[in-house]
Amino acid sequence: MKRDTFSLPADTGCGAPPAGKHTDVLRERGQREVFCGLTGIVWLHRKMQDAFFLVVGSRTCAHLLQSAAGVMIFAEPRFATAIIEERDLAGMADCHEELDRVVDRLLARRPEIKQLFLVGSCPSEVIKLDLGKAAERLGAKHAGQVRILNYSGSGIETTFTEGEDACLASLVPAMPKSAPDAAPELLMVGSLPDIVEDQFLRLFAQLGIEHVGVLPARTADGLPAVGPNTRVLLAQPFLGETATALEGRGAQRIDAPFPFGAEGTTAWLKAAAAAFGIDEMHANAVIAPGRERAKRALEHHRENLAGKRITFLPDSQLEVPLARFLATELGMEPVEVGTPYLNRKLVARDLDQLPESTRISEGQDVDKQLDRVRADRPDLTVCGLGLANPLEAEGLSTKWAIELVFSPIHGFEQAGDLAELFARPLRRRDVLQV
Amino acid sequence: MQLSVWTYEGPPHVGAMRVATAMRGVHYLLHAPQGDTYADLLFTMIERRGCRPPVTYTTFQARDLGKDTADLFQRAARDAYTRFDPQVMLVGSSCTAELIQDDPAGMAEAMRLPCPVVPLELPSYSRKENWGAGETFYQIVRHLADRDVRPAPRAEEGGGRVPLVNILGPAALGFRHRDDVREVRGILDSLGIDVNCVAPLGASPAEIARIGAADFNIVLYPEIGDSAARWLEREFKQPRTTTVPIGVGATRDFIAEVAALAGVDPEPALADGESRVPWWSRSVDSTYLTGKRVFVFGDATHAVAAARVAHEELGFEVVGLGCYNREFAREVRDAAKLYGVEPLITDDHLEVEDAIAAASPELVLGTQMERHIAKRQGVPCAVISAPVHVQDFPARHSPQMGFEGANVLFDTWVHPLVMGLEEHLLTMFREDFEFSDDAGASHLAAHSPSRRADHGSLLVTDVPASGLQAAATTREEDRASEYIRGDAEISAWTAEAEAELKKIPFFVRGKAKRNTESFAAEQGRAAIDLETLYDAKAHYAR
Repeated sequence: MKRDTFSLPADTGCGAPPAGKHTDVLRERGQREVFCGLTGIVWLHRKMQDAFFLVVGSRTCAHLLQSAAGVMIFAEPRFATAIIEERDLAGMADCHEELDRVVDRLLARRPEIKQLFLVGSCPSEVIKLDLGKAAERLGAKHAGQVRILNYSGSGIETTFTEGEDACLASLVPAMPKSAPDAAPELLMVGSLPDIVEDQFLRLFAQLGIEHVGVLPARTADGLPAVGPNTRVLLAQPFLGETATALEGRGAQRIDAPFPFGAEGTTAWLKAAAAAFGIDEMHANAVIAPGRERAKRALEHHRENLAGKRITFLPDSQLEVPLARFLATELGMEPVEVGTPYLNRKLVARDLDQLPESTRISEGQDVDKQLDRVRADRPDLTVCGLGLANPLEAEGLSTKWAIELVFSPIHGFEQAGDLAELFARPLRRRDVLQV
Repeated sequence: MQLSVWTYEGPPHVGAMRVATAMRGVHYLLHAPQGDTYADLLFTMIERRGCRPPVTYTTFQARDLGKDTADLFQRAARDAYTRFDPQVMLVGSSCTAELIQDDPAGMAEAMRLPCPVVPLELPSYSRKENWGAGETFYQIVRHLADRDVRPAPRAEEGGGRVPLVNILGPAALGFRHRDDVREVRGILDSLGIDVNCVAPLGASPAEIARIGAADFNIVLYPEIGDSAARWLEREFKQPRTTTVPIGVGATRDFIAEVAALAGVDPEPALADGESRVPWWSRSVDSTYLTGKRVFVFGDATHAVAAARVAHEELGFEVVGLGCYNREFAREVRDAAKLYGVEPLITDDHLEVEDAIAAASPELVLGTQMERHIAKRQGVPCAVISAPVHVQDFPARHSPQMGFEGANVLFDTWVHPLVMGLEEHLLTMFREDFEFSDDAGASHLAAHSPSRRADHGSLLVTDVPASGLQAAATTREEDRASEYIRGDAEISAWTAEAEAELKKIPFFVRGKAKRNTESFAAEQGRAAIDLETLYDAKAHYAR
């Protein structure tokens, strides 16, 4: 069998930290067992409550969305697919007319919609249907009523959470320009469950950071301003394109590990506090109660998880920060940490804390990766829904990766819940006697 | 372009996956981009299969387009052959690969793989899942069936063997296919008929090659098995059955049809002592089922069968009948004529929802989507057809076919209804706190029409197929607010009439309200007062 894996030297691009550990990365190219970027719609439409996501794609796209979301529950969600049919493929002019017709009908039916995302898919990209042009045309037509943007969630360009990255990046040009003399403002970027977002906003207020914006905003009119006074704090590690777009508008990114567990959250908050010149003693005082609660919550799970070996298959790009959390705060041993794309610049602080022995892999050749799982026999494998039961049937305990994307896991108050997500499959394995 | 918020059927290559996954020794090489692997979870999560579907996705990316997607395909084909050692390889395109026109069939042929290759042409922009499954199975049979294999002489021809049949249609992700096959095998056993092969479910390519050894074919699911069976009828002169044994009457007809084709006595199978529906239905406690209004929707085969059972075996009145697969619309149209209803042929669930609301049924027999529609409308429901949900794969034996299948149908359809005795109690004690509207029917919280109870139960009982409750629940809330908005538009009720309406038992109140309102509209009455309420009651009395 042809060997198509090789090592690359660490990315030494602009702004990258000095190469530390984990300069050897196993890069693979083959079958990927991950969702495409369209899947992000499942959580993005919940976050942006006056937004509608219209996928321009095929029946496969529609079927993916309903299968990934377990959607049989409702009749009118705030996402839909404009399914391209045979007659649409005949001529491009026809396709744009059809799209206009679908959008007009949709907006007439849903007057509460204030933002409409035209979401590109594999078929729309391959036939080069210009959704940027369509968004511009339709945006002009519905100006004042609906903001119409576009991005691609296609599988040929985006892997799972990269769909959110593309969506948020599409919002950046629509953000107002902050005043030239505006005071420094913190911009928290990444869609978090409202409850988690509110916890963080309370902490920032207690720290004394007065101006805080959030991207994505919950409603269309809440889109924050951006400019050279903006300090960007990423709440999710998969937002490289969005960060670049914000930097393009003068914003500066605060380098920080990601806010998982007691330590990750502490470091993340402290990085923000430092960027705003907050007194360190004050910051410590604000952070201490939450941090202590998180540590206590984690203590319950430490006994079950310490020393256990874990492998992450590539899924959401959360793998590196989560492995860092499990290794440094719960004493787990990451065997292999696979990620669809390793953005060294963004995850450097987490990557550096992973044990030397951990194998880092980027991309996927699923069959070869499963061979490694079978050889490594970790106590727990974090993987997609398509792989979990087959691995369980082979006697390997698994954790659904997608739950890590859908559940509130960031911050102090969720640290215990996050540990519980990993502890439960192991506890279940021990408790069952059938 | 067609605006779709939910779809009854996946794309045709998912149908092909259902056939490949059902069989043994088959591998499907699908030219597809990253992301199409989502379909794996249908099999591993919904059906709880303990192994991955035998599918390799070539996983091309944007940067591969226009240069080496063909090379990628051939590399994936070689790797898949080496790793999985299949006896047969299916090759085809998903929707995106269809657009880049790489010709998987030609490429696979050029590679001269050391196993038979069945190329699949499944037009994604005009066809759907069931068609894809039927076409794939037909192509497999066409390519693999050995034309030299013909039935051996029967006993009466001096060959000393019993009749031999193929069972065609059961597949992966099928609605109770596993259990139906067991029931049908039981019927064949009692008739002294042997099974040559069940396909695609569990069949190997070698068994498909010997498909011609059977005397005739039993088609359980025409959506998947009919194309192949018709071809075998033409090319191999194998007759095929046309009765689907769902319900007591249809099972009897099926036994008669099979016995006639096999030249055996039907009596041993007809005399099944486990068939309880005829007595259960005649038993006096079932009287209250008479004339219950039932709305039926599903795939054509299950919908037509359910309508017959509802009408003939439970004494219901069929007030709506439809299917989502246009390929079999003719069967549904013919059946709809029998019951004097307008056939509903659509794959738009919003249209189905409107039709259900308009028909005011007392029971909905449908797919999982109709279950949710019925729940929102406060109408009991039973599921009779795919698309499947994790709940459609029960741990216990729960067939739809044969006499035991009919027993299952009786229980599943009757239990969601408020039972006869309970109906009277509710009327008598409706002011009692235990029988208050919010309490709902005692035995079935999930079907309580109370809006509050409905949403509460959603969290507990409606674990979506892939376990993402969080995502699903908010959307139900979205929808609920629309219902409340809808209700607010009607305000013509006088206080007195409204108070009277509240005295009507809650499980028929919705219908009474709708009937009264449409009656008032028809009659052009400005306000709905007591008079209108009782005029409407008399108008709709049956």
